[in-house]
Amino acid sequence: MKKSVILGAATVAGLAASAAVAGTVDDVKARGTLNCGVTTGLVGFAAPDANGEWQGFDVSLCRAVAAAVLGDASAVEFVPTTGKTRFTALASGEIDMLARNTTWTFSRDVDLKFEFIGVNYYDGQGFMVPKALGVSSAKELDGATVCIQTGTTTELNLADFFRANNISYEPVPIETNAEAQQQYLAGACDVYTTDASGLAATRATFENPDEHVLLPEIISKEPLGPLVRHGDHEWGDVVRWTLNALVSAEELGVTSANIDELSAGTDNPEVNRLLGTEGTLGEMLGLDANWAANAIKAGGNYGEVFAKNIGEETPIGLARGLNAQWTDGGLLYSPPFR
Amino acid sequence: MSDVSFVRTEMLPEQAPPASEVGLIGWVRHNLFSGWFNSILTVISLYAVYYVLSGVLPWTFQSVWNANSLTECREIMMATWGSTHGHACWAVINDRWLQLLFGFYPSHLYWRPILSLVLLLVALAPVLYSDRVPTKMLIITGIYPFLMPFLMWGGTIWGPMSAAIGFVLGWFVYNLLNKQLSELIGMIGAAVAAVIWWLILSSYFVGVMDSILPIGIEAVQSRQFGGFMLAILLGVVAIGVSLPIGIVLALGRQSDLLIVKYMCVGFIEFIRGVPLITLLFVASLLLNLFLPPGTNFDIILRVMIMMTLFSAAYMAEVIRGGLAALPRGQYEGADSLGLNYWQAQRLIIMPQALKISIPGIVSTFIGIFKDTVLVSIIGLFDVLGLANAIRADTAWNGIYWELFAFIGALFFVVCFSMSRYSMYLERKLQTGHH
Repeated sequence: MKKSVILGAATVAGLAASAAVAGTVDDVKARGTLNCGVTTGLVGFAAPDANGEWQGFDVSLCRAVAAAVLGDASAVEFVPTTGKTRFTALASGEIDMLARNTTWTFSRDVDLKFEFIGVNYYDGQGFMVPKALGVSSAKELDGATVCIQTGTTTELNLADFFRANNISYEPVPIETNAEAQQQYLAGACDVYTTDASGLAATRATFENPDEHVLLPEIISKEPLGPLVRHGDHEWGDVVRWTLNALVSAEELGVTSANIDELSAGTDNPEVNRLLGTEGTLGEMLGLDANWAANAIKAGGNYGEVFAKNIGEETPIGLARGLNAQWTDGGLLYSPPFR
Repeated sequence: MSDVSFVRTEMLPEQAPPASEVGLIGWVRHNLFSGWFNSILTVISLYAVYYVLSGVLPWTFQSVWNANSLTECREIMMATWGSTHGHACWAVINDRWLQLLFGFYPSHLYWRPILSLVLLLVALAPVLYSDRVPTKMLIITGIYPFLMPFLMWGGTIWGPMSAAIGFVLGWFVYNLLNKQLSELIGMIGAAVAAVIWWLILSSYFVGVMDSILPIGIEAVQSRQFGGFMLAILLGVVAIGVSLPIGIVLALGRQSDLLIVKYMCVGFIEFIRGVPLITLLFVASLLLNLFLPPGTNFDIILRVMIMMTLFSAAYMAEVIRGGLAALPRGQYEGADSLGLNYWQAQRLIIMPQALKISIPGIVSTFIGIFKDTVLVSIIGLFDVLGLANAIRADTAWNGIYWELFAFIGALFFVVCFSMSRYSMYLERKLQTGHH
C-alpha cells in the first residue's frame, strides 16, 4: 500500500519532470552525442555490421541529424529498442529521437504524445506468392492459405481486403518474420503477407528469389517516419528539416559527390540557402550555417541513402515507387527552404 | 547316506566363460538382445540414432567455413556438393564469432573481459576446490568483486576502491560496536556506516582522489557490452551475490524476530510471484520514467540488480528446504554446546543445510544463467539479441540453425560444467549418513 503510494508519487514526479524538459538541442550539444533509437535489427533499415558499426536506412537519418547538430556523423549513440520498449525509451528521454520503422498513426501521434516529423519511407502491405501458383493479382487469391503475423495491423488489413473483394482465405497464424520465411518456403501457406519492404527483404534471402513474385496490390498505408517527444518544437524542427534537407538535396541535385563544389556558391538561390552560403536558415534553427551541408555529407541525399541501403542495387532491391520525388511521380515533397 | 556313489574330491580347473557371455558379445547379448522385445527395441533405437546422425553429421561437417554472405555460401555449396540442402554455413560464425562473444566491446580491449574471466577462475578455485588449492588464494577471491568491474567498465580506479572502503568501514564499525555494545547494534551500525559512505561520501572521495592521483584505464560504456560476455557477466554476478543474500533471507524467514521474518517473507513471495520478464521491464522502462531525466542509472546495473534479487528469492527457498531437512537435534546440539546463533549457523547448521541443498542450488544457478538471454527482450544485445541483429544484416539474412547451434553449444558448455561440478561436490561432501 505504502509502496504503491510512493511509486505513484514517483511516477507523477517523473512524468512532470520529463514533461518539463525542453531544449533537447542544447542537451545534445552539451552531451556531444545524439541518442538515437533504432530497431534491434531489421534488414536494410538498421543492423550492426561485423565491426559493430550500425548501418541502414534509418541509421543514416540518425547520422544526418548528428551531423547537422554536432557536425560529426559518428557522434551517435545507437540505442536498440524493441517494439515494446521504443515508446517508453523516447518518452523517458533515454533517446532524443526514434528512427525505427514506426508507422505514423493517429493514436501514436495524439494519444501517446509524440510528434512524427515526417515520413522517410512510404510502405504498404503487400503479398508474395510462388511464381508456380500462376497468380498475377491478389484478387485471384480466392481460397488461398495466407501466412500472417498475429496481433498486427497487417492481420486486420488482410481481413478487410478479402472481405471488400468478397473472396475467402484461410489464415496460417505465425509469430515472427523468421518463422514466416520457414513456413512459406515449406509450403505451409500459398501467400505471405506483410509490409512490402519486408517482403522484398525476405525474398532476397531465398535461394531462388526468382521463383517468387510480389503482387502489385498494396492494401494498406504504412507511412514510416522518425518521431520525437511532444512539446520540444525546436528539436522537432531540427529533425524535421534535416529530413527535408536530404529530400530537397535530391530534388535540387545536391549529392555527396558535388556538395563541396556547390558549397562554394551556385546560381540557384535555393541551393545556396540550403547549403548556408546565403540566408540565415541555420541560425534560425540554432545551428551552424552549414548544418544541412553536414547532414548531406553524412550519407548523401535521400536518393543516395535509399540506393545504398535498400535500393535496386542492393540484395533487397526495392524500387523507389511511392518514395520517388514528387517530380518523378512519388510522394516525396519537401517544403521549400526559404 | 552311504549310497552316495560319487563325490568329487578335487576342484575342477577353472575354465574360461563361454564366448557368448563375456566381452563385447556378452555385453550386447545381455544388454541389447536379451529377448525378442528388447531386440526389436534395440533395432528401432539404432535406426533412430542412425537417422538423426546421418542428417546432423553431414550438415555439421560438410559445411562452408569461408564466405562473406549467405548467397556466397550457397554458391560454394552448389559448386561442391551440387545441392544447398543439408550443409551448414558456418561462415557466419567465422565472420561474427567475436561479436557473438563480446558484443560491441572495443576490440583493442578484448583482453580485459578475457583477463576478467581468467581471474574469475582463479578467484573461484579456492572456493570450488578448497582441498586442492591453498587457502591464501582466498585473498584473490576477496579482491575480485572490486577488480572485475574495474576491468570491465574501466574508468578511474577509485570507484571500485571506494566501494571496497565501504566494506572495510563497515567492518571497523562492527568490531567497535560489537565490543562496546552488542552484536546486533554492531551489525546495524556497520550497515548504516557503509550505506552512508556509499551513498553520500563516496562520490566526493572518488572526485578528490581522482584529481589528486588520476589512475585509470579507458572507460567502456554499458551500451557496448553484449554477446556471451554479457550472459556470463550477468550470470556470475547474479549467482555470486544471490547465494549470500539467499542464505540471509532463508535465515530471516526462520527467524524469531517478527519484523525481520515478515520482511523476508514479503520479499521472497513478492519476487517469486512476479515473472522475471516483468522485473526486467521494470528495470528498463518504469525506472526510466520514475527517475528524474538525466539520471544516469546504468541499464546493465539495473538488470543485474533485478536478476540478483530474482535468483536470491529462489535461492532462499532452496536453502530453507535444506534447513527444514535438518533434524531438530542438530539445532539443539549446537545450543547445548553453548554456541551462539551465528556460531551455530556457521559451524553446525549451514554446512549441513547447504550440502543437502546442492542440487537445488545448482539448478537455480543454471536456471538464472540461462535466463540471462531474456535481456534481449528489453533491447540489450546479449548473444540471442545479436543473433537477431546478425540476421538483419543483408549478408546473413535467412540464416538460423548455425547461429542457434553455436549459441546452444556455448550455453551447454557452461551449464554442463556447472552440473558436473555439483555432482563432484556432492560426492566429495558425502559423509555416509543420509
